[in-house]
Amino acid sequence: MTTPIYEARDISRSYGSVRALEGANFDVYPGEISALIGDNGAGKSTLVRILSGAEQPNGGQILFNGEPIQLETPTDARSRGIETVFQDLALANHLDPIQNMYLGRELMKPGVMGALGFMQRSAMKNEGKRAFSELGATVRNFSGPVGGMSGGQRQAIAVARAAAWASEVIFLDEPTAALGVVQTKGVMDLIRRIRDKGIAVVLISHSMPHVLDVADRVHVLRHGKRVAVMEAKHTNVEELVGAMTGALDGKEAA
Amino acid sequence: MSLETEDAVKLRDTEDSVIRQPFTSRLGDAIKSQAMQIVLVWLAIVVIFSVLSPDAFLSVSNFRNIAISVSILAILGVGTTFIIVTGGIDLSMGSVLVFSGVVASMVMENVGTGQGWGVAILGIVAALASGLAWGLLNGFLVAKAKVPPMIVTLGTFGAALGLSQVLTGGIDLRASPDVLVDTVGFGSLFGVPSLVIIATTVVIIGIVLLNHTRFGLRTSAVGSNAEACRRVGINVDRQLIKVYAFAGLLAGLAGVLNLSFFRSTTIAGHSLTNLDVIAGVVIGGTSLFGGIGTVFGTLVGLFIPATLRNGFVILGVEPYWQQVVVGAFLVGAVYVDQTRRAANSRGTTKTSLYSRIFHRNRNTNRRES
Ligand SMILES: Nc1ncnc2c1ncn2[C@@H]1O[C@H](COP(=O)(O)OP(=O)(O)OP(=O)(O)O)[C@@H](O)[C@H]1O
Ligand SMILES: [Mg+2]
Repeated sequence: MTTPIYEARDISRSYGSVRALEGANFDVYPGEISALIGDNGAGKSTLVRILSGAEQPNGGQILFNGEPIQLETPTDARSRGIETVFQDLALANHLDPIQNMYLGRELMKPGVMGALGFMQRSAMKNEGKRAFSELGATVRNFSGPVGGMSGGQRQAIAVARAAAWASEVIFLDEPTAALGVVQTKGVMDLIRRIRDKGIAVVLISHSMPHVLDVADRVHVLRHGKRVAVMEAKHTNVEELVGAMTGALDGKEAA
Repeated sequence: MSLETEDAVKLRDTEDSVIRQPFTSRLGDAIKSQAMQIVLVWLAIVVIFSVLSPDAFLSVSNFRNIAISVSILAILGVGTTFIIVTGGIDLSMGSVLVFSGVVASMVMENVGTGQGWGVAILGIVAALASGLAWGLLNGFLVAKAKVPPMIVTLGTFGAALGLSQVLTGGIDLRASPDVLVDTVGFGSLFGVPSLVIIATTVVIIGIVLLNHTRFGLRTSAVGSNAEACRRVGINVDRQLIKVYAFAGLLAGLAGVLNLSFFRSTTIAGHSLTNLDVIAGVVIGGTSLFGGIGTVFGTLVGLFIPATLRNGFVILGVEPYWQQVVVGAFLVGAVYVDQTRRAANSRGTTKTSLYSRIFHRNRNTNRRES
């Protein structure tokens, strides 16, 4: 645990007069599960969008493997093995699960056909199905539009997509919000499996029991700032809620 | 969980699962698709006219006439389908067609003797380039300047027509080499008119492009959820510009075909072409809200008005009725699209025309319960 694989320093971001982030810090290490918690509007999703390259910060620094980097586009993050399940899932509803999984990274046919834009559709289908079944995703219809699927299925598709491509860091912004008990357990197991591969996992969740169950460290965000970092082993729900709401002000500032 | 490309390549040659599906289930899927429903509607129209007028309507030469009348619209329809699938709209294609024809005619008139294949090819290139230029302008204004497509293409609709009139003084040009007229305009191969062959080729290219290529997939994806595309690193602006440019190129092609068929730039003849084409696209099941559409549907959607017009003329019905009927079709098609979208968001999958008509009560009950 020397250098964090991914680190954010003093990030700020405003939307008009709303200051979503005001000097937020954040860090994750390889093979670690960190939870990011905070009240509604604390700035969690904003931080995730910035660290995924989907949005630009107004100020602050982002370091990958200790090196400062600029994320102009989501591709800049993805090319470094950083994947994200966004809170709004970011799926194309008219496309099927396989098409969504490979969108932006289509497998092209070799040679002239590939140059003409033809894709390896059966290869994508087979590989995609394998990735979904590894997750234990409850997706059965691989050729129907995801817009016609249940909220939980859509969430599982978004998680499977990110998990399939992540190699360094994966952000999961409330990945279990719409899931049933069994599927939630599936995602929790998946999170551990991803961690076991040495990938840094960042879980955003409002469920304190889940957070304490799965995470190594818990980062608490309040009013756009990280107000506490705690070892999950040495904390409890009361303490986390206290930090989130400000009842424990001054205990630990990061 | 990583997806190794090597494995993917190995799997490439395994058959697509579609091939292994039993024929009956494929047929079932096909009938359910909206394009097939539209085909049935068209067939019904054909049957009705055939019964009412077996001799005049149901003849090879009459169907050739219908096909010719659809050809140029179909070429425009392919580009427009792509644009509407992105969630955009194109009102300019009729004017771009005219402009491209005017430029082609001027080029061909002023080169050498104005005859021969060399001149014809120059004219074709000029028309394609003109169409492409307008398409690029449309795409740039939509994608980069963020002006709504309706306004952009309303602007270029007027501008392209206006410039055509400026260039010609408002008088139609008629210059087109005889070779072009003889082979393209009125030529035929094995009894099939050249126009129909060219249009069929364009339609097939459009179908393949939309269903089998990355370009097509990204076109649908952009229309479905542009923000999701940005998040997976797709350059949405560039995709939009490509789509509008493609449509412009096809409008340029339509311009030369129009010129060689009518032997005139038909400046005043295309003010409603955009509405005809958009109606065909929408009747064919492409959603005005973007994300889904089929080129084949568009083709059938264009055949329906053309067949009605033809049949009404043969039967001696006032052709104005055709406008009334097509108008009803258009509204009906959008209604069907709306119900389908509503059904999708409810999670219901009973969306076939058949079930909507025959299981109406059951659906209503389910909704009430
Ligand atoms: N695109 C936006 N435009 C305007 N304001 C925004 C935007 N995104 C976020 N905000 C504002 O920034 C603040 C932080 O929002 P954010 O979505 O990051 O919170 P969150 O911690 O993820 O909350 P939740 O738990 O509800 O998901 C909120 O006040 C929100 O209103
Ligand atoms: Mg959030």
